Amino acid sequence: MKPIFMTYTKKDLINLGVCMILSVIIIPTFIKTEYWYTSILIPWLCLALATIGQQIVMGYTGQLALGAAGFMAAGAFAMFNLILRVPDLGFVGSLIVSGLIAAAFGILFGLPSLKVRGIYLMVATLASQFFIIWMIDKFGWFKNYDSSGIITAQDIVILGKPFTTPLAMYFVCLAVTTVLTLLAMNMARGSTGRNWMAVRDMDIAAESMGVSLLRTKVQAFAISAFYCGVAGALFAFCYLKSLEPVAFDIKLSFKILFMCILGGLGTINGAFIGAAFILLFPVLLNAIGNNVFHGAIDATIISSIEQVIFGLLMIIFMIYEPLGMAKLWENLKQKIKSKLLSSEVKSLESSKIKN
Amino acid sequence: MVNELLFFMEVLVGGLLAGTMYSLVALGFVLIFKASATFNFSQGAMVFFSVLAFCGFMQDFNIPFVLAFILAALLMVVVGLCTERFVLRPLMNASEDTVLMATIGLGYVLEGLAQAAWGVEVRRLDLGIGDFPVPWIADNLKLFISALDITAGLVATIMIIGLFLLFKYTKIGLGLRAVADDAGAASSIGIPLKHIMLLVWSAAGVVALVAGCMWGARAGVQFALVDLALKALPVLIIGGFSSIPGAIIGGLIIGAVEKILEVYIGPFFGGAIEGWAPYVLAIFFLLYRPEGLFGEKIIRRV
Repeated sequence: MKPIFMTYTKKDLINLGVCMILSVIIIPTFIKTEYWYTSILIPWLCLALATIGQQIVMGYTGQLALGAAGFMAAGAFAMFNLILRVPDLGFVGSLIVSGLIAAAFGILFGLPSLKVRGIYLMVATLASQFFIIWMIDKFGWFKNYDSSGIITAQDIVILGKPFTTPLAMYFVCLAVTTVLTLLAMNMARGSTGRNWMAVRDMDIAAESMGVSLLRTKVQAFAISAFYCGVAGALFAFCYLKSLEPVAFDIKLSFKILFMCILGGLGTINGAFIGAAFILLFPVLLNAIGNNVFHGAIDATIISSIEQVIFGLLMIIFMIYEPLGMAKLWENLKQKIKSKLLSSEVKSLESSKIKN
Repeated sequence: MVNELLFFMEVLVGGLLAGTMYSLVALGFVLIFKASATFNFSQGAMVFFSVLAFCGFMQDFNIPFVLAFILAALLMVVVGLCTERFVLRPLMNASEDTVLMATIGLGYVLEGLAQAAWGVEVRRLDLGIGDFPVPWIADNLKLFISALDITAGLVATIMIIGLFLLFKYTKIGLGLRAVADDAGAASSIGIPLKHIMLLVWSAAGVVALVAGCMWGARAGVQFALVDLALKALPVLIIGGFSSIPGAIIGGLIIGAVEKILEVYIGPFFGGAIEGWAPYVLAIFFLLYRPEGLFGEKIIRRV
């Protein structure tokens, strides 16, 4: 594959073009119902972004972290306070700064990764989850001394234009996600990503090759928390339209972990596949419950079944395909390609025999 | 002065006894880790699953207390059997992280199954032991200590002594330790791996049931038990993952520190710091003594 534009091959550019046409032209022209934007597409983009953050630290750098929702909360509340207190910053500026604030937390709670790994690190990152939520909950300043516990998010205004309709918010999310996804792909392919993967595959070997463990790990945690922070801000402002610490509890962290693992560790497209699956599957189950059984099954039972299926899938994937759905998709493409090739060869052979 | 000291003692003793409740949960983790070097993330879910089944048997089917307990214990053996057959055996040669993630999945399955079978509402569990100060101690020592805390402490002590003896002095215990050390070598000298795994997971299930009874009697049998069980993780880090006495000492430390911080420092920060204080304590332990107080030193080979 020869690169034709900078380091991108023709295939990369075609993929990007198809995705952009699909998301910018086809989806807005054919999907008119608000439900699709407010309940599926917007949360999908936000959670996929957070999952990319989780991918960076877990899939690429191999550090078992479980605190994505904590960083999302940090980003969301930083955003709220920045818009409230520093209005000159604008929406995009606030988004970047809130990502940076989340990144600072990421660095702080990523430091134990220098000493420990595996389950030990998981416990250390759990501390971030509980600490950040507690901090936001207990210090009234973060919530602007609002006593109700749920704060309404401010309207999104970019360059004096309000973005309040679902479609406009979808475009805001899409723009941010696109930019950050491209950036993540670039990092993953470049020397940054190579360092991450070297640390993941064998940290001692990486260190002896001159890769600084301190820099690589802290960098991965910071970038991961940045992605989670931006995703959290978008999640609160475009999807929830309110801010409450409870929305970012440990359950959300587990959800993002599931998206990351089921989607496929160490892949960017896996983040999108995983987020789509975890988000759409409950919708599908509810639809089956309502339409096939006509509400005969209790909603709590449906959500329990959903939990069982997620758990089972996790076990099944760990046993049969630890690389997740992205790998399944790859395998499928490979199979189709080899089928096509072999049929081409056959037709060639048969034409030879005829001649 | 005397009153302050008494108050401190009360906080300390209350914390220590509450800590034994964490120890009970941590014990299940240690059992499995010791015998298979697997970290079982689903232990919290097992606590929830077992005690909810126990409550369900008693309240929905009117099965008497003892019989319901035995049934719930048998159910946990079945869970252990299925886990060994369908989760652990296929993952025999997988990496530690992969097994860990599979146990997270297992935890989800157990939580979902428990709620699908018995419903989501909070159930009350009455063990016949009140969660109020024992009058005799309150009168004579002027300490207000809950009867449930004392029971939990006693139960934890008995279980820990029992398990310690089992691991140290019986043939099964020797087998367990051999499997943990090197599963391949252990099976090549004829230790039945499957039986050992089954035994350990069943024992962890029963330990989970006992822990669940104690927690359930205090806080009600509800989903929040799963999150409470997460607090066993800092306990393990402080005590060491492979040490049974470590589980109890870690639990005591977490329990006492958490209560003392909450009572004496918490008010300055608006309270509820016990939600994260154990984890931060665990981080400090990780930085200075990653193997925990009683754990075996981790040596990584290149």
